Amino acid sequence: MANSNPNGTTGLQLALAWGFVGIPLLWGVIQTIGNAMALFR
Amino acid sequence: MTYQTAAADGGFLSRSRTIAKPGYSRWMVPPAALCIHLCIGQAYALSVFNLPMTKLIGITKSAPEDWKLTEIGWIFSIAIFVLGASAAIFGRWVEEGGPRRTMFTAGLCWALGFFISAAGVHVHNLWLVYLGYGVFGGIGLGLGYISPVSTLIKWFPDRPGMATGMAIMGFGGGAFIASPLSVFLMKQFSTPTHVGVEEAFIGLGVVYLIFMWVGAAIVRVPPAGWLPEGYTPPVTAQKLITKNDVYVYDAIKTPQFWLIWAVLCLNVTAGIGVLGQASAMSQEMFPGRVTAVAAAGFVGLLSLFNMAGRFFWASISDFIGRKYTYFCFFALGTVLYALVPWTGRIGSITGFVLCFVVIISMYGGGFATVPAYLRDMFGTRYVGAIHGWLITAWSAAGVFGPVLVNYIRQFQIDNGVPKAQAYNTTMYIMAALLVIGFLCNFAIKAVHERFHMTRDVEEAQAAVGVAGDPAGA
Repeated sequence: MANSNPNGTTGLQLALAWGFVGIPLLWGVIQTIGNAMALFR
Repeated sequence: MTYQTAAADGGFLSRSRTIAKPGYSRWMVPPAALCIHLCIGQAYALSVFNLPMTKLIGITKSAPEDWKLTEIGWIFSIAIFVLGASAAIFGRWVEEGGPRRTMFTAGLCWALGFFISAAGVHVHNLWLVYLGYGVFGGIGLGLGYISPVSTLIKWFPDRPGMATGMAIMGFGGGAFIASPLSVFLMKQFSTPTHVGVEEAFIGLGVVYLIFMWVGAAIVRVPPAGWLPEGYTPPVTAQKLITKNDVYVYDAIKTPQFWLIWAVLCLNVTAGIGVLGQASAMSQEMFPGRVTAVAAAGFVGLLSLFNMAGRFFWASISDFIGRKYTYFCFFALGTVLYALVPWTGRIGSITGFVLCFVVIISMYGGGFATVPAYLRDMFGTRYVGAIHGWLITAWSAAGVFGPVLVNYIRQFQIDNGVPKAQAYNTTMYIMAALLVIGFLCNFAIKAVHERFHMTRDVEEAQAAVGVAGDPAGA
């Protein structure tokens, strides 16, 4: 949906929303990869 | 405003208040859905509390009055059962009330589940934990699991598989966050006389309540007739993608619904048994070569592929179609399960790991692709409610899968089969189950037009603000 409306979603809102879920998920994935590495040691 | 629209406008949580204004980006909806699924995905990590809950009184080791592991195991079983039941029972309410009300309620039930469980741990009453995590948490799981599905499908008519795959990927990823977070919280609150489970439950409840309510606040439904820019719905009808809607209680009378139910159940049965036994299986098939630490790493790797497969396969299904995606799962899965005993015979850990990461990616993919399959067969209007009914296939598979793997293994060992080969028969049975799944998928045809909702009924429902059509828009 194009964002020509001044009341529309801003890039900052999108970044905040994705960061809100993305950062914890990334943290969890990194933790899991660290544990999974034991399989290849 | 008519009486009907006033009735439909039930405040901040109502469907009419969630209709997107011009300029709202549909890319805000996947994070809203992930807010829910990342939280309820904690269910996969509940086992981190198992051992600490057996030492609530004894602290360093279990005291005679402490809860037994077998008793604690029921918490998860009750939650999964209630998940299936609540998704089926409340599916229509979810669809008609809109995503915000459902996400809000799911967050409330999920957090309440943790708070009641914390009280249960505090007074050492396991029944309170069953009621808290099992019943309230289970309702939160069921409502939360299906709540964003139909909203995402409506926002992404061009890529419904990818959109639902993103949300359901969050369910797989929730354990990655919950597991280390739970361990961290227990560590922070544990003392020489206290294991910290109670405070960890309260902490998780607060965090999840905030997360899920943020998701409820930012979610929106598209206005009636909205389409993405540049997207034109296909003019020519596709055989397995309907342009009609089927009412939820008519959908469950169709053979297509039960064939998809069987497809999901068989796909999940094959994966869920392996997930539960992955650690033991890898150590027993390669004795002396796979240590307990490496086996834990293998389980972590499976979880990663379970999560990634949800997004990957659901996105692929937008291009090759749902039916062919499931054909891939069943054909490739059958070959891979049949290969597992061979990898054990030749001692190839790499081959073993490769087989299982692909199998588990398809297990996750099966969950994530099925909402779009339902949309293709039954239309978008009641897809959330129909999905709710389909979740019972997961509950059934949750019983069949582990039972098949555990009991067949035990039967083999009792009959003198070495542990390293005890899983071979199970693998061949899993392969056979996938062949049946292939046949069920093959039998799926378009839904007969007698089940389609008539235009009169749809318009009458739209007038009272039901299921996607805003009354006041």
